[in-house]
Amino acid sequence: MGAGSSEYLLEMNHISKQFPGVKALDDVCFRVRPGTVHSLMGENGAGKSTLMKCLFGIYTPDSGEILIDGKKVNITCPAEALAYHVSMVHQELNQVLHQSVMENMWLGRYPGKNGFIDEKKMYKDTKEILDRLNIDVDPRKKVGTLPVSQKQMVEIAKAVSYNARVIVMDEPTSSLTEKEVEHLFSIIETLKKNNTSIIYISHKMEEILRISDEVTVMRDGRWIATKPASELTIDDIIRMMVGRELTERYPRKETEPGEVLLEVQNLSSMSPAFEDVSFTLHRGEILGIAGLVGSKRTELLETLFGIRRKGRGRILMNGKEIENKSPLDAMKNGFAMLTEERRSNGIFACLNVSFNMIIANLAQYSKNGFLSNNRIRQDVQKMIDAMNIKTPSARTNISNLSGGNQQKVILSRWLLTQPEVLLLDEPTRGIDVGAKYEIYQLMNKLASEGKGIIVVSSEMPELLGICDRILVMSNGRQSDIFRADETTQVKIMEASAKYL
Amino acid sequence: MKALKSKLAGNNTSIKQLLAEKAIYIVLVALLVLVIIVEPKFLSFGNFKNIFAQSATRIIIALAAGMVLIIQGVDLSTGRMIGLAAVISASLLQSASYAYRMYPNLQELPIIVPILLVMVICAVLGLITGVAVSIFKVPPFIATLAMSLILYGLSSIYFDRPPYGAQPIGGITKEFTKLATGSIGIGGLKIPYLIIYALIICVAIWILWNKTRFGKYMFAVGGNPEAAKVSGVNVIRTQISVYALAGMMYALAAALEVARIGSASNTTGNGYELDAVAACVVGGVSLSGGVGSVGGIVIGVLIFTVINYGLAFIGVNMYFQYIIKGLIILLAVIIDMRKYVKKK
Repeated sequence: MGAGSSEYLLEMNHISKQFPGVKALDDVCFRVRPGTVHSLMGENGAGKSTLMKCLFGIYTPDSGEILIDGKKVNITCPAEALAYHVSMVHQELNQVLHQSVMENMWLGRYPGKNGFIDEKKMYKDTKEILDRLNIDVDPRKKVGTLPVSQKQMVEIAKAVSYNARVIVMDEPTSSLTEKEVEHLFSIIETLKKNNTSIIYISHKMEEILRISDEVTVMRDGRWIATKPASELTIDDIIRMMVGRELTERYPRKETEPGEVLLEVQNLSSMSPAFEDVSFTLHRGEILGIAGLVGSKRTELLETLFGIRRKGRGRILMNGKEIENKSPLDAMKNGFAMLTEERRSNGIFACLNVSFNMIIANLAQYSKNGFLSNNRIRQDVQKMIDAMNIKTPSARTNISNLSGGNQQKVILSRWLLTQPEVLLLDEPTRGIDVGAKYEIYQLMNKLASEGKGIIVVSSEMPELLGICDRILVMSNGRQSDIFRADETTQVKIMEASAKYL
Repeated sequence: MKALKSKLAGNNTSIKQLLAEKAIYIVLVALLVLVIIVEPKFLSFGNFKNIFAQSATRIIIALAAGMVLIIQGVDLSTGRMIGLAAVISASLLQSASYAYRMYPNLQELPIIVPILLVMVICAVLGLITGVAVSIFKVPPFIATLAMSLILYGLSSIYFDRPPYGAQPIGGITKEFTKLATGSIGIGGLKIPYLIIYALIICVAIWILWNKTRFGKYMFAVGGNPEAAKVSGVNVIRTQISVYALAGMMYALAAALEVARIGSASNTTGNGYELDAVAACVVGGVSLSGGVGSVGGIVIGVLIFTVINYGLAFIGVNMYFQYIIKGLIILLAVIIDMRKYVKKK
C-alpha cells in the first residue's frame, strides 16, 4: 500500500513518540478508509489520545509519517490539521463558556469583511449546520448555559462544520443520554454517506461494535490488531486490550447483605432537585443508582454527604437519626464520598500520592498540633500495597499516575477515614478495563467487611454485574428498586424514563 | 409580550437576583443621591463635566488594563508604563521659551511626534511583557511586576539627571496643554476635549472587542485558551497583541495626563495599576478572564471618580474615602462571585 493508493484516506505509518521516561507510541500504524467508522480501542495510557494528538498537531511525532490521500503531510499545529479537513471532538469539552454557540463554532475562522465580523453570515451558517444535523439549539445562546449533552452536540456540529473528511471523536457519548446517542449515530451515518471518515474512541464496547466498520486495538503504546468489527466480540476486544484472558468482566460477590445500616426516608433536596427518595442500605450491600443524565443521581449522593442542603426527610444510621449539614458532619457520621469529577474535585493534581491519600484524615495523624510522619508513611505504604496502586513511590506526583491508579489513591483516602457508608459516584468512569476489575474487587472486599456501598453509574451492565439492588431515578424522582439478579437493562431503561 | 409576562410572573427571587446583579449601579446612584442630598448645589452641569473630564484618562487606562485581565492576565506595570511615557513625552514637549528645558537646543516638535514616539515605545515594552507571558510562560503577575521595576528604573534614570536633577518636567507648550484643557462649544455647552477623546476611544474599543476577529479571539483566549488553541486561534499572537495594544493605550493616556497636569515626574502614574484593576473589577471584569465589557469598565471608573470628587465636594474626610473605596471593591467582587456560586 504505497503512496498514491486511494484505498486509505488517512495513513499514519510507524509513528513513535517518546516522553521523558515513557515510550508513549512505539511504531504504531493506523489506517482509515474513506467513509468508514474506525474505532480506536485500548486501556487508558495505551496511547490512543497521544496518537490522535499527533494527528491533530498538538504533539509532533519523533518518527513516522502521516499521509492524507496518499500524500505525505506535515501537521505541526491544530490550525494545519483543520486546513487538511481533519477535525476533532475533544474529550474534555474545549469550549469558551462565555461566548455564544456560533462564536464557538467559528472560533479561529470567523467570517469577516475588512476585519469586521459578519455576524449575519455567522448566524445563518450556524443555523444551517445545526438544522442539517437536527440539533435544536439557538446559535445565539451562550454555551455556558447549555446542558452538558447539548454542549457535546454543539462540539460535534463544530467538528462537522470544518467540512471535515476525517473527524476524530474522543469519548463523544460520555455525557449523552440514550436518545442523544442514537441522534449522534444517525449523524455519523449521514457523515459516512458523504464519504467522511470517523475515528471513534470510546470505552463503551456495545457502541463500538454497533457502529464501527473496523476496530484497531492498542496496548502500551503499541499497535495490537486491526480487524473488521463484524469479526469481533466484546471479549475478543477486551482480551486484546488487556493482553490476558478475562474470564469474567465482573468478579463474583460472595457476601450477602446483613443488618440494616442506613435508612433514608422521604429525602428531598433543598433547592428542588429531587424529592421523596426512600431506601435502606444493609451492611455488606452494594446498592446501585441508575438513571439518565439529569435524573439527579449525583445530587442524591451530594445531599447524603452534606454537600447539598437537605430539604424534607430523615436519614437514620444504625437506627439513629443523623444530620449531615456539611461533608465534615458526614465524615464524622461514617460517610465517605468519591466524587464524579476526579480531575476537578478529586485529586490535588500538583501534589504527591501521599498528600492526596491522607488529606481527609489529618486529625488521625496529629499529636499536639504536629503531624506524625512515621504513621503517615506506614499507612500510605499499607494502602499502596493493599490497593495494588502502581506508583514509583508515595512521593510521586499523582498526575503521573494513570486514571485507574489515581482513583485507587482517592479511594484509599476515604478508606483511611474508616467509613461505614461509601458513596461512589461513577467510580470507574474513564478507567481502563483492568483497573475497573480491580475496583470491583475492592468494592466486594469492602462489602465483605460489613460496609455499605452506594454506587452511581451510567453503565448499566456494570450496575447489573456488581450490585445487589439497583435504585432507579427518573427526572428527580425515585421510580423503582430492583434486585439486580431479577432485572434487565430493558426494565431499568423503562424505569429511568418513567417520569420524563 | 410573552417575555414581559414571564418577567412579571417571575417571583421575588428574580427581583432579588436582578437587584444583586445591578447592585453596583445602585451603589453608584446611591452615592450620587447621598452627595446631592447633602449638597444640592452638586447638581450642576459643571460638576458632572468635571467628573467625566477627570475620568477620561482613567477610562482609557482601565480599558487597556481590562484587556489584560480579560486574557487571564493582570498588569502591574500600568503605572510605571504611564510614568515612563509621561517623562519622555513631557521632555520633548517643553516650550522653547521655558528656562529649564531638558533638551535646551531641541526645537519644538510637532506635538504628534512625541505622542506617537511614546506610543511606539510602550507598544514595544508591552510586546516584551507579552512575549514573556505567552512564549516563556512567565505568570503575568510576575512578568508585569518585573517590568514595572525595570520601567521605574529606566524612567528615573531618564528623569533624574543633570543639569536640573529630579525636578518635575514643566513648561509644557501651551499648544499641547490645550489638547487636554480645551473644550468645544456645542449649543452653548462647553464639552472638554478630554471627554471627546475618551468617547472616541470607548467607541473604537467597543468595536474592536465586539465586531472584530481580534476582539473575539481575545475573549476566547481569556475564556478558554485550550479551546482557542484547538480551534486554530493563534493564542500567543493574541496575547502579545493585547499587551502591546495596552502599552499603546497607556502611552496615549500618559500624554493626555501630561497635557492635563502640565508637568511630569518619575512618580506620575503612581498607583494607577491598582486603580485600573479596581475599576475593572467593580465594572464586572472577571479576574479569571474571558468576561468584561466597555460599558462596565466605564461605570467602574465613574464610581471611583464620584467617590473622589463627590465625597470631597461634600467634605467627607479623605481617609474615609479610602475605606469607602475598599468596601465597594469588596462588595463588587462578592456580588460577582455570587453569580457563579451554584445554589446548593
